[in-house]
Amino acid sequence: MATHGHSDDGTDFAHPLPVWLLLTVFFALVFLTIITVAQSNLNLGSYDIAVVMLIATMKAALVGAFFMHLAYDKPFNVIVFLSSFVFVALFVIITLSDSKLTSPSFEPKFDEPATGELER
Amino acid sequence: MSTAVTIRDPGYPTDRENYLTNSSGILSWIFTLDHKRIGMMYLAGVVASFIVGGLLALGIRVHLLRPDGVLFTGPEGNNIYNQVFTLHGAIMVFLFIIPSIPAALGNFLVPIMLGAKDVAFPRLNLSSFYLWCAGAVFFVSALLSSGLDTGWTFYTPYSTTTDTSVILATLGAFILGFSSIFTGLNFIVTINTMRPPGMTWFKMPLFLWATYATSIIQVLATPVLGITLLLLIAERTMHVGIFDPEYNGDPVTYQHFFWFYSHPAVYIMILPAFGVISELISVNSHKHIFGYRFIAYSSIAIALLGFLVWGHHLFTSGMSSLTTIVFSALTFTVSIPSAIKVFNWIATMYKGSISLTTPMCYAISFVFLFTIGGLTGLFLGTLATDLHLHDTYFVVAHFHYVMVGGTLIAFLGGVFHWWPKMVGKMYNDMHGRIAALLVFLGFNLTFLPQFLLGSRGMPRRYATYDPEFAFLHQMSTYGALLLGCGLLYALVVLMISLAKGKRAPANPWGGITLEWTCTSPPPYYNFERPPIVGDPYDFHNVEWDAEGERYVLTEPERKLAPEETPSEQPAHH
Amino acid sequence: MATIDTLSPEPEAHDDHGHDHDHPPWLAHHFDTPEQQFDSGKLGIWLFLVTEILFFSGMFCAYAMFRMLRPEIFEGSSQFLDTKLGAINTGVLLFSSLTMAWAVRCSQTGEHKKLVVMIASTLSCAMVFLGVKTIEYSHKWGMGLLFPGAYFYDENNPHPTTEQLVSQHGFSENTAYFLTHSIYFLCAPFLLLLVGVVIWAIIAKVKKNDFQFAVAKPLVVVCLSFFGGVGLGMILTGSEEHAEGSHVAAAHHDAGEHDHAGAGEATESIAATYTEPTTFNPASDDAAVELLAESDLNTGAKAMLLAQEKQAELASGRVVAPGEDVDMGIERIERGVETKRQAGVFFGIYYCMTGVHAIHILGGIGVLVWLLVRAIRHDFNRQYFGPVDYVGLYWHLVDLIWIYLFPLLYLIR
Repeated sequence: MATHGHSDDGTDFAHPLPVWLLLTVFFALVFLTIITVAQSNLNLGSYDIAVVMLIATMKAALVGAFFMHLAYDKPFNVIVFLSSFVFVALFVIITLSDSKLTSPSFEPKFDEPATGELER
Repeated sequence: MSTAVTIRDPGYPTDRENYLTNSSGILSWIFTLDHKRIGMMYLAGVVASFIVGGLLALGIRVHLLRPDGVLFTGPEGNNIYNQVFTLHGAIMVFLFIIPSIPAALGNFLVPIMLGAKDVAFPRLNLSSFYLWCAGAVFFVSALLSSGLDTGWTFYTPYSTTTDTSVILATLGAFILGFSSIFTGLNFIVTINTMRPPGMTWFKMPLFLWATYATSIIQVLATPVLGITLLLLIAERTMHVGIFDPEYNGDPVTYQHFFWFYSHPAVYIMILPAFGVISELISVNSHKHIFGYRFIAYSSIAIALLGFLVWGHHLFTSGMSSLTTIVFSALTFTVSIPSAIKVFNWIATMYKGSISLTTPMCYAISFVFLFTIGGLTGLFLGTLATDLHLHDTYFVVAHFHYVMVGGTLIAFLGGVFHWWPKMVGKMYNDMHGRIAALLVFLGFNLTFLPQFLLGSRGMPRRYATYDPEFAFLHQMSTYGALLLGCGLLYALVVLMISLAKGKRAPANPWGGITLEWTCTSPPPYYNFERPPIVGDPYDFHNVEWDAEGERYVLTEPERKLAPEETPSEQPAHH
Repeated sequence: MATIDTLSPEPEAHDDHGHDHDHPPWLAHHFDTPEQQFDSGKLGIWLFLVTEILFFSGMFCAYAMFRMLRPEIFEGSSQFLDTKLGAINTGVLLFSSLTMAWAVRCSQTGEHKKLVVMIASTLSCAMVFLGVKTIEYSHKWGMGLLFPGAYFYDENNPHPTTEQLVSQHGFSENTAYFLTHSIYFLCAPFLLLLVGVVIWAIIAKVKKNDFQFAVAKPLVVVCLSFFGGVGLGMILTGSEEHAEGSHVAAAHHDAGEHDHAGAGEATESIAATYTEPTTFNPASDDAAVELLAESDLNTGAKAMLLAQEKQAELASGRVVAPGEDVDMGIERIERGVETKRQAGVFFGIYYCMTGVHAIHILGGIGVLVWLLVRAIRHDFNRQYFGPVDYVGLYWHLVDLIWIYLFPLLYLIR
């Protein structure tokens, strides 16, 4: 019915992704998942969290760019989505840094006599 | 006077066009998708909650008439007092101020000002109204079950241990949060995608800019409140150990989480008021708004800066000293865009042809009161003075100057300004002005003494006080009663207008934004076709038609070269 | 068909606005073009996703904070999470994202049959995910790996019976029964759902209501896949149980012993264990657990051990959590408090994060079913595929959050 009204290239806003692209992205994601599980058996010390988050962010970028169509979307939508992370960062970083600065006072403190008693 | 030039005036709507009468029956309101009807339902809802919250406030003030307390006596007296001020705060914040201008006036005005037929998602809009109702029901049930005595902030660990109905109230606030998010989301999308051809960003009325900035905050900040309250409920029911120190949690974290929302929420409350005042002052001064872009940008700046200053609520909560200094410094930056607005409003009024209508009376008192409220905020943003003033009546007076003297006054001004448009009836302007004067006097009498009380050390949230504070407390109480009378008067003026008011013309004040170009009340479809959009503050073509007691738009005479006209030429004489 | 009429979104809107003649039925009256409608919806859903991200950010913030303050607890407690199940669930969700993205494509190209298949497989994946989650949750609940308020894990008796829960941990009969049999309680609603859908399918078939049958048929598969997920989870944990579970139990046991014996010489033992990571051999699984056990002891410095002791004393006096037996000896309560302080922090956050995520999955299932019905009704075409796209975006976001949750919760080393 009305389906064919605008289906000429000019007014068409649908942008179907090719199947091969979807499959490639999926396998890349699975591959990254395997890597992230595998690396957890290695001891990377303090880099561990950085590596894990890097892989997760790569996966998130893949999902965002292709599955969520961001690579072909309106720039405004991309800005909206990315700006949310700015606010998350703001929130998390300030709260965390304050909590880090106050963490010495975080542990319960007790009067001297009690400590002495325990050390007997 | 307007015989030579053509005038444009939409006239009056027929009953079939009028959005209030085009369909009838209670169901046509309950299931309406018309943004105007939803706006009116919001208006009724927020006014009802305001009355409840206001009565609670009067209860508090009357109780404080004597040092030992008057109303809530007996062994449970102090507990009842705690519940009364908590519910006053929670109802006023969550049920009244946050939805007042954005949801009630915003719903009515945003699409019309944009020249759109409706908001982008009408069903979402209706559902957000029902979410608001659901949230209100939760609050009422909290009130009826075992009350709430945590203060509207629900600070842990008290909120996880008190045996009042914290869960009901937080669920209510959670639901109200979603109502607020959906409204904001709707407005952002509407303003982004539904502007008519020709309305560029900088041809939007400033009310839309303010609404847009508000919506940004609603979308970004409110979810954090949602998760905070959800975690609080989890903490209370299951002890998840995030906020409750007994289970290894950290109460300061709760305050961070809470104020990450609630400080920006302060700007949810005040930004739309800025928008209303920008409209009111420009229209009633019949003069182009001064510094349009500065006002527009400063709304966005306030919205964004508002996310950087939440820590100033935690200066005495045990934050690290570095963080307090940073937050204190950031807090001062908010005063810059706020001051820009105030200066621009005053510059707009300067050499304008001011009509001292009821809305304008409110607008002028807004500028006056908001300035006091804003400047006293600087004392609280300063670390050294805040240590002294924290949790005293100074804080109470400060935020009441901003919330009541700012938002409530702007809300009243907005309601009086757009009332003819909403219901199609004119109210008695003289009585409106008297009510505005009473509100202004009553408000100042209530809260100016509280600045003194606070700086002399009277702590907030106490049911009794030292006799030395009695005089100031009594002044405050009498002021509150006067304020209550003024508000009641204003309500009566509006109600009488419904029954006896004259039929309102399309443009009673001489506004030029799009809502004045459709009939009063607007037809259900707003505009037959996308309207012609010009500068929303160019009053050159508005003329007073004394015969019809209305303003009309005159078609400009087409000339090859435009004639220079002095910008301060009064629009009527 | 009667069903289609009742389901159609807003019949009255078009009566009101008879003047919009050229509006196709799926174009809302206040939009001018399909593209404007699509753009509005798209911006709307992106803004909604922004709110979702900020919603989750609160929990990520809490996670980061407590992990920063107590890294050892997070390492130690994370051992209780089954990496295999987590990885499987990650894969399942990624696959569901693929099918969802594919569904969007199908709706744009007008391949109605394929669209239904894709949405149904997305739904099935969601159900498998929940099934596996059910196994994970019920397993932990039985072991008492709960939020601090109810934590009762005991390394000597990781799987207490209902009676033991009542007698030793002071749970009420009903709660104890729920905890030990939680898998049945979690499966029951889905079983009911399955039965309901099967009955519906049969009725639709008998009544020859093709449309309803077409909806019910894939839903039966969807409901069945929940139990597929449960089975998968059971098989995977079954093989795991003896291998890793015993290690962990041993590790935890060790830690407990250390805490009691070594409270006095805490300083020395901490100094000793601090040097250990350099001589650590990554190849041996056992060694890793051993190390964790020891670093469990690291839970901070001497001050904290002392604080714990003190806390324990206080606990015996007045800080008695509602779930605790007042008759317990000091020794037992002391341990209870000590474990709560430790593992409970992690599990509190774990349940909040995964629980809220699971609620989002449930919500996603709800909208996907709605989408399935509309897809079977052939509602979508290349001018109107918005709803599929919006739900897809939401679904991808849920997947995206899991992409972060998985390494943060399951892969802490």
